Amino acid sequence: MLGRTLREVSAALKQGQVTPTELCKKCLSLIKKTKYLNAYITVSEEVALKQAEESERRYKQGQSLGDLDGIPVAVKDNFSTAGIETTCASNMLKGYIPPYNATVVQKLLDQGALLMGKTNLDEFAMGSGSTDGVFGPVKNPWSYSKQHRERRRHDEHDDSHWLIAGGSSGGSAASVAAFTCFAALGSDTGGSTRNPAAHCGLVGFKPSYGLVSRHGLIPLVNSMDVPGIFTRCVDDTAIVLGILAGHDPKDSTTVQDPIKLSRIPSEVDVSGLCIGIPKEYLVPELSSEIRSLWSQAADLFESEGAKVIEVSLPHTSYSIVCYHVLCTSEVASNMARFDGLQYGHRSGIDVSTEAMYAATRQEGFNDVVRERILSGNFFLLKENYENYFVKAQKVRRLILRDFVNVFDSGVDVLLTPTTLTEAVPYLEFIKEDNRTRSAQDDIFTQAVNMAGLPAVSVPVALSNQGLPIGLQLIGRAFCDQQLLTVAKWFEKQVQFPVIQLQDLMDDGSLILENGKLTSVSLTQ
Amino acid sequence: MATSVLRLGIPGRRWALAWIDGGSRHRSGTQPGPTSNRARGQSSVTQLSLRTAQKPRKGEHKWAAVVGLEIHAQICSNSKLFSGAQVCFAAPPNSLVSFFDASLPGTLPVLNRRCVEAAVMTGLALNCHINRKSLFDRKHYFYADLPAGYQITQQRLPIATNGHLTYSIYIRKKQSQVTTKTVRIKQIQLEQDSGKSLHDDLRSQTLIDLNRAGVGLLEVVLEPDLCCGEEAAVAVRELQLILQALGTSQANMADYEIQRQITELENGGEVLNETRSFDYKLGCTVPMRDKEGKQDYRFMPEPNLPPLVLYDATSLPSDADSQQVINIDQLRDTLPELPSATRERLVQQYGMLPEHSFALLNEVGLLEFFQNVIKETRAEPKKVTNWVLNTFLYYLKQQNLAVSESPVTAGALAELLDLLDSKAVSSAAAKQVFEELWKGQGKTAAQIVSEQQLGLMQDREALEQLCQATIDGHPQTVMDVKKRNPKAINKLIGLVRKASLSRADPTLIKEILEKKLSL
Repeated sequence: MLGRTLREVSAALKQGQVTPTELCKKCLSLIKKTKYLNAYITVSEEVALKQAEESERRYKQGQSLGDLDGIPVAVKDNFSTAGIETTCASNMLKGYIPPYNATVVQKLLDQGALLMGKTNLDEFAMGSGSTDGVFGPVKNPWSYSKQHRERRRHDEHDDSHWLIAGGSSGGSAASVAAFTCFAALGSDTGGSTRNPAAHCGLVGFKPSYGLVSRHGLIPLVNSMDVPGIFTRCVDDTAIVLGILAGHDPKDSTTVQDPIKLSRIPSEVDVSGLCIGIPKEYLVPELSSEIRSLWSQAADLFESEGAKVIEVSLPHTSYSIVCYHVLCTSEVASNMARFDGLQYGHRSGIDVSTEAMYAATRQEGFNDVVRERILSGNFFLLKENYENYFVKAQKVRRLILRDFVNVFDSGVDVLLTPTTLTEAVPYLEFIKEDNRTRSAQDDIFTQAVNMAGLPAVSVPVALSNQGLPIGLQLIGRAFCDQQLLTVAKWFEKQVQFPVIQLQDLMDDGSLILENGKLTSVSLTQ
Repeated sequence: MATSVLRLGIPGRRWALAWIDGGSRHRSGTQPGPTSNRARGQSSVTQLSLRTAQKPRKGEHKWAAVVGLEIHAQICSNSKLFSGAQVCFAAPPNSLVSFFDASLPGTLPVLNRRCVEAAVMTGLALNCHINRKSLFDRKHYFYADLPAGYQITQQRLPIATNGHLTYSIYIRKKQSQVTTKTVRIKQIQLEQDSGKSLHDDLRSQTLIDLNRAGVGLLEVVLEPDLCCGEEAAVAVRELQLILQALGTSQANMADYEIQRQITELENGGEVLNETRSFDYKLGCTVPMRDKEGKQDYRFMPEPNLPPLVLYDATSLPSDADSQQVINIDQLRDTLPELPSATRERLVQQYGMLPEHSFALLNEVGLLEFFQNVIKETRAEPKKVTNWVLNTFLYYLKQQNLAVSESPVTAGALAELLDLLDSKAVSSAAAKQVFEELWKGQGKTAAQIVSEQQLGLMQDREALEQLCQATIDGHPQTVMDVKKRNPKAINKLIGLVRKASLSRADPTLIKEILEKKLSL
């Protein structure tokens, strides 16, 4: 049952094949079994069971609230949850219990979803590996998959060779990949949803900026943050997006116009589409496997009658630096509120208010956060503002224009890699510092955030190491529905295999109903 | 200074000196530039920063003061600038604080329409250009009563710019000579107020009250066109009256506050090349701490608020939701009569002296009181003006009362003036009646007149007898009268009035005396 998609399990709930409480308990038991993944910071067992009970009552009375009623979900620990600790994986917010729900959380709860817990991340979502949080790194469930174990080198057969989940929403990705829930919320500022989705073999969706409310999402970069969605298939993402999207009076940057979102048709025709392949995304660091899959994917579209053309996004190479300046500047500003006075950690040093601030922030933030605050404040200094912040804003505009030009020229969707490589072992990953890693790993993803476009990472195939590889589709602003429609077609063509978690399957928790495992159309 | 809602120049009243050379003023201090931070921990009301505009050159130059002001007026609105928390004075500490005001992570600002309207109306009343698009910025500094670590303000593109404020000053105390002057208004910006820090020196604690945090402020930035403290005070007073007339701010700053500032400005002999702040407790300016003076605010666009777009009748989209848009032309039509127009009307309508029109507007509620008296009395407007400004206002000032606290109502004064107008009482008796009314014992003017027999003697025969008795009793004075000594007849009149206990009409006494003495 847990291996099913959200839509399938929703149907099972409606038909009474399983009750919300049964489902909830199975997920809770799996969460316990997969504790070693470190996917969850907080497991909200009591809350979830109570919600399941209420959901069950609704089903009995025939008053289900919809597709999400009784469905276990997880939420990244940077979304405010009323009465449930929200830490951002930081000492600064350990013990902080928000008095309100983020709008997206509230919307899920209003639909009857069961909140299983709060998922792990890099501290304040600053990172690309989910390795830099105060609660320790998230382990990629694929590290323990049959597919990977069979193919990895013999000298790596001890447990220290586990892989990173990607980040910063690695906990959410791992929670969905390990079947502990059917959908999870991440956040995406520079790729934080798409990157771990690619590494964990999931659909990871970043909506258009302004489509989904950020109210209650503890910000990294306000002008780029969006709530992201993790599911095991595109249809499920569409269901969740349909619930989350829409204007929120509490977030002035959400668009007023109603966005039409409907269920994606089961038969999709891509023959009329124009798919753009940005040539600047073909970088030397891209693994040959991914490059090859990217090219096969382009061929796939072409073979179905779509027009596939090479396009240029000329300012791509400036994007990462520009992102760095804008990101750190906003971080410096957004983090100013953490001074130990109103909430969160407060240092015991109280010789003066200033000393208390300094000690609180020293103790509360990790090095990554402090470094970004320092850089950001440097860029915002009066003497530097024009040379850094204003220039970066101008470059951002050019990057946006690159995309607009391409879409104006008739391209419907861009096809790119999501990551340079498959997930790397943790020990490999931490050889580089957070900043270097983020700059490398965000290469294909952060420009989309600067332009506010919708993008989705779709799992495509397994690498030689038996690890998932995702490709990214980027759509026009607010054409999220069209983007997901194309993604669904693509997903259907590639038939990505289901993760085989031997330990979990042994005890019968995971009954995989279909035989998708071998039908991979894009093979190496 | 808890009662002050209009706070003068919190981020720094800018004083600058420019030298006068051959009569032409070189105003090199007109660049307002970023000035000091607030004088936190001192007065929450005001801060004065002095800076020289220019180094004095060698040679004979006279110095002239150039005063620029930044005035913060709290917007009169039910809720705060970016949150739904209530705005209410003197509520229990931290009882009016939304999650946003406390800067809980994840909360976002939502602009209050009323505050925008207040800013637009103020801009229109001050002849400003209203920007069709304005922007919000973050201004960063750490302070305990600034929970987010930044204040949302309008640094780059404020809501209104390039206006002017006209004010009138009396020349050399000659009350009748009023000169009209103009001060340019650089800009009006919307911004958040901060909370309050309450320092408990005894326990060396600082307590924070966030009730005020996030309340909408209008910052009105005046160009340094003012030449002295008196001008500055008059200009601020005029601005205050405009804000009150608009209802955009209560701007109910105590008068002594203005007075104190005038004195401060006029006594500002020593001008230091440093940022100074006004210490409310010490009553003088003190140099601000270096740290604050050199603060870099690291301004940044506020990413959570889209540009504020305003419309006019021509640009308003036809399908616009009226709840979501602000139409400048529509607001212009709703502007009330402004103080300058009110004064002009008073002069025109009642033939009043300009300075009387000023006096009537200068006291909260006095104009309304005056108009209520006018409505209810038959007395001449001039007489009403005199009574309101001389007698009524004098009594108020004596006891330091507001118009609303007066024991004498407009109706009571109107009744008294009617008695005076119908010659039922003399002017002198009317003053006595007024004094009785002021005691607030619930008696009407007529009752007091009758109880204390203050009415004019209506009995001519009795008055003639009084006159005769006076003539008989003062032969020497009568002789003087006959010798055409002009003062003598007045002396006789006075004697008769005294004998009548001030109840006789002097005109009538004179008539009778002249007749009796066959003049």
